[in-house]
Amino acid sequence: MSDIKYILGSFGDPDEMMHGIEKLQENNISIYDVYTPMPIHGIEAKLGIKRSRIDIAAFCFGITGTCCAFALIYFCAVIDWRVNIGGKPSFALPDFIPIMFELTVLFCAFGMVLTYYASTHLFPGRAPRVMDLRATDDRFVIAVDAKDNTAHTVIDGLLKDAGALEIKYNERKYISYE
Amino acid sequence: MSGHNESILREPLITGDNITYAKITDDILMPVENKPNKAWWIGFIVSALGALLWVVAVSYTFWNGIGAWGLNKTVGWAWDITGFVWWVGIGHAGTLISAVLLLFRQNWRNSINRSAEAMTIFAVICAATYVVSHMGRPWLAYWVLPLPNQFGSLWVNFNSPLVWDMFAISTYFSVSLLFWYTGLLPDIATIRDRAVGTRRKIYSIFSFGWSGSVKTWQRFEAVSLILAGISTPLVLSVHTIVSMDFATSVIPGWHTTIFPPYFVAGAIFSGFAMVLTLLLVARKVLGLENYITMFHIESMNKIIILTGSIVGVAYLTEFFIAWYSGSEYEQYAFINRSTGPYWWSYWMMMTCNVISPQLLWFKKIRLSIKATWILSIVVNVGMWFERFVIIVTSLHRDYIPSSWAMFYPTWVDISVFVGSIGLFFTLFLLFLRVLPSIAIAEVKLLLKSASEQAKMKQIKEGHENKEYVAEYIESLEKFDSVKQEDYAKI
Repeated sequence: MSDIKYILGSFGDPDEMMHGIEKLQENNISIYDVYTPMPIHGIEAKLGIKRSRIDIAAFCFGITGTCCAFALIYFCAVIDWRVNIGGKPSFALPDFIPIMFELTVLFCAFGMVLTYYASTHLFPGRAPRVMDLRATDDRFVIAVDAKDNTAHTVIDGLLKDAGALEIKYNERKYISYE
Repeated sequence: MSGHNESILREPLITGDNITYAKITDDILMPVENKPNKAWWIGFIVSALGALLWVVAVSYTFWNGIGAWGLNKTVGWAWDITGFVWWVGIGHAGTLISAVLLLFRQNWRNSINRSAEAMTIFAVICAATYVVSHMGRPWLAYWVLPLPNQFGSLWVNFNSPLVWDMFAISTYFSVSLLFWYTGLLPDIATIRDRAVGTRRKIYSIFSFGWSGSVKTWQRFEAVSLILAGISTPLVLSVHTIVSMDFATSVIPGWHTTIFPPYFVAGAIFSGFAMVLTLLLVARKVLGLENYITMFHIESMNKIIILTGSIVGVAYLTEFFIAWYSGSEYEQYAFINRSTGPYWWSYWMMMTCNVISPQLLWFKKIRLSIKATWILSIVVNVGMWFERFVIIVTSLHRDYIPSSWAMFYPTWVDISVFVGSIGLFFTLFLLFLRVLPSIAIAEVKLLLKSASEQAKMKQIKEGHENKEYVAEYIESLEKFDSVKQEDYAKI
């Protein structure tokens, strides 16, 4: 049994999986992670995952965009090369607004999404850290670290009780993509 | 997640009785994981020929300059800018469906957003090519950017709507691409985990290593919501700025304050029509009737009636204001539009955009796939004429009667336009083959709450109000993918 790294409870139904999480938690078994083919609402609260702070990042990136756009236009049109258009003022703020808005959106979107990719370690060509191939298809998988939780038969029983269709004992952490 | 059931009064968003999570994946990935059928090949060859025509026509324009087009001294903008505005407008439905409907929690968007977003991206590509080819010297296209240059420190004119447009369109394209691709990651991972060999390797690179863990999903949802929040004003700003290309000028017929809202409504109008044109065919050919249901089609038709009516009111307001302004030039521009040498294009626009969408008030027409498909094409013909009318009829009779002229397209004008349609369909058909045409993960979310089988279970449990159940069953009559006999027993 000592070669087993992770125990996977594979569920066919998200509600049963949620039930499985509760069961494990009642028995003080820590959950490593849960892999699902779709977002499960309310799971963060159960697993004690904090609210994402990506919205703060998004705001900061957005405001940076606004400032950059203003600085660029102000520098070009007011400081560096004033164009005399019928004697109208060079510092025409209403005309600056469309570009300031567009760059706010541009910086916010790219900054936020790149932060998201960085924080969740997503980038082109990254080896997928997948434990069960069906977790992106029709299975809802609870992964339990087998080294930290040694009562394997108890875990097995709890998962089966909750409605797990299949229990897997993985000797490798992730499936090889080689 | 399904702590409570959805109201029985709401129509199902997924029909069919043996739908499981696995079946959703199988159904949606069917065109991606199998060899294409004959219909696809015929469509692809025809569109690829169109795309080839586009390559020829655009290359010819690049080689010879825009003198190859039918433009003259008086009509300096014609089919090119008409095509540009038309394509940008078509692009709007994708962002509208993915962003605005997400903010409004319209779950029916889940099965149409993916292909609508793809359509947006391809439409904006088509639009951008018009801008680049109209530059005359496209290899100097980077001059629109505010770059320090060797001619002194002269910058682009930040007061010009054309510069705003450059920022708007490029932001719109890149943000839409980002939104679309981020949404695609979980679905690419699904294909990856089902594939073998080289396919798996390729999809593995493009899946960015998606695993579907709790944190990834949690942040994914936060990111989607914020992207929707910023894309909503973005989509409104883009066509507003496109309309300012005209509205901030001093040409009678163009300098109209109603342009921004009217262009945005028109964009949504033509965008939804294009979504219908594509999806009605895709649904049939790819066998997606259970996911893109009659409810989806009816909902889109309702948006078309709304936006079509807004456009109609805008046309009339414009006419009224031209009279009310007391400006004889403005008045002439409008009288000339409707009764001058281009009267046929004006009335074509009025018929296609204002009169024919009103037919959708009839439930029979709104629920007929054939009628909807034909109307969706009529709408886009009308929207093309709208731009043509605004652009050409406002220009062709300018300030000195001696310079009045007509616009006649050359074969290059026509080929660039027809070719861009070919390019659009080529890209769309390729998309259907390599990426899932429906957002798999998002549709799975609906299975336990908003599917026909979930509702059936609710009815069978017997806790529902009888009147509501009767009303629900009645609402199912319009669905072509529901077996009515299952409900006869209840």
